[in-house]
Amino acid sequence: MDTVTRAPAAAPGGVVPSGWSLAVRQLRFWLTNYRRTWRGSIYSSVLNPVLFLGAMGLGLGSLVNQHGTGRLGGVSYLAFLAPGLLAAAGMETAVGESTYPVYGSVKWNKTYQAAVASPLSPADIFHGHVLFVTLRLTMNCTVFLAVASAFGAIRSPWMIAALPVAVLTGLAFATPIEAWAVTRKKDSSFAMIFRFGMIPLFLFSGTFFPITQLPAWFQPVAYLTPLWHGVSLCRALNLGTADWGQALIDVAYLAALATAGIVAGNRSYRRRLYV
Amino acid sequence: MSALQPLIHAHGLVKRFGSFTAVDGIDFDLQRGEAFGFLGPNGAGKSSTMRMIGCVSPPSAGELSILGLDPLRDGRQIRSRLGVVPQEDTLDVELTVRENLLVYGRYFGLPRDVIRERTARLLDFVELSDRADDQVEPLSGGMKRRLTIARSLINEPDILLLDEPTTGLDPQARHAVWDRLFRLKQRGVTLVLTTHYMDEAEQLCDRLVVMDAGKIVAGGSPRELIERYSTPEVLELRFDPADHQQAAEKLAGVPAQRLEVLADRVLLYVDDGDATLAVVRGYGLEPLTSLVRRSTLEDVFLHLTGRQLGE
Repeated sequence: MDTVTRAPAAAPGGVVPSGWSLAVRQLRFWLTNYRRTWRGSIYSSVLNPVLFLGAMGLGLGSLVNQHGTGRLGGVSYLAFLAPGLLAAAGMETAVGESTYPVYGSVKWNKTYQAAVASPLSPADIFHGHVLFVTLRLTMNCTVFLAVASAFGAIRSPWMIAALPVAVLTGLAFATPIEAWAVTRKKDSSFAMIFRFGMIPLFLFSGTFFPITQLPAWFQPVAYLTPLWHGVSLCRALNLGTADWGQALIDVAYLAALATAGIVAGNRSYRRRLYV
Repeated sequence: MSALQPLIHAHGLVKRFGSFTAVDGIDFDLQRGEAFGFLGPNGAGKSSTMRMIGCVSPPSAGELSILGLDPLRDGRQIRSRLGVVPQEDTLDVELTVRENLLVYGRYFGLPRDVIRERTARLLDFVELSDRADDQVEPLSGGMKRRLTIARSLINEPDILLLDEPTTGLDPQARHAVWDRLFRLKQRGVTLVLTTHYMDEAEQLCDRLVVMDAGKIVAGGSPRELIERYSTPEVLELRFDPADHQQAAEKLAGVPAQRLEVLADRVLLYVDDGDATLAVVRGYGLEPLTSLVRRSTLEDVFLHLTGRQLGE
């Protein structure tokens, strides 16, 4: 923000600062809101990995392991699956937090319209929500790692580095979806995102099986999905097979998507809230 | 800022949405301590004007300065000194009354103890102290409006913007809101409000402009406007719907400054309503009902635009 234009007369509300400190004011709004629902959200963030790691990792895994896990890199199915699910949990948290909460803030509660009448700008409001989503991603992915560790799915200390990777995977989804969700006039498009976006990605981005098992013509599509980059890097970290070159590509790809979402959101929030 | 400089200055202010011109070149100045109103029907451009003043809608053309600052360049600065009561409630209904004020106070960067102290005072002012820890959702429309007013005062604004502050409220709740606004006005808070209720404008505004189709068609104090554009008294006559048109034609002969034939009534603008009623009876016309009343802003609006405010 341009500080040169600051008027000498101090505003009664105090000096108006710039940048992220204003986004933090919006983050605090989300935290006040979250205080009412955090318990429920913790239960589901624990329950989700317990169910999947139990049913798929241990249950289905016992069958997979009997048939040999050469194609999985010679590790147990549980160790193969857990990092994939971690990245997918990032995606799932991101999609959940960046669709209805954003839409509802414009269309239902109109809390965005309330905020934009204060010193906050549309970009501050957007960034405040991105900060909140980052926090939620960190919480959910940390819980996931703890559960995975309790299941004995962690094979490498490098797996701790999978936490920021999963958070970044989430942000690669969250920022573009938020940028888009704020422009929606109806909420019907969100069901489409869940059904035709998130679920296919969840199933076909290498979360449950290596994408080399997919038909050859389909594999390039899988390589383009952000989730595959998140899954494959998290997995490489857990199995100790990370290669710096590929890791850099994965991180750069995810970061580019998250950044593009920020740029798009700065614009779409402004267009939506400054009419 | 000098004392003579207006708090808000607009010259040739325009707001366009695509090919539609919502605000079509308006001029106005607002002084500190004034209660200033934009009166007009829905779609007159009042809310668009308010949003431009609120620095959440960039003007398409013209000049606008608020507190001596430029809304495009200094929007943040200006907004930090405004209080806004929007037309539609924007409260977080899932939070409590107190939390709504806390969240809003933080938007202005106020420290927690300042927010706490002001919250107690403001909830007392809008008579919601006993609901402080209740969720907002079940509150009545009037209570929500009063809470929105309290919220808009959390930063002790220089100017309070109220966009149709009592639209959708029942009469009792409206009077409660008016009472609060009247007290603020007496404390010297500068009020800017839009309304399509002429009684609201008459009660609250020191000065107002009448807007129609994006333009300001007249301006002045309610008294001045009535004196300039209407007569001291109005005779309202209602006839049997079957005879309405015929009666209206006969009334054209009655001496009056102006005659307005509405769908259901005929209005005669005169100096002495009772005397005119006698003349009407002398013409052999017997209205179903007759009413002699003072002129209001409604009559001013009808005269200026040929339409009623509610239309």
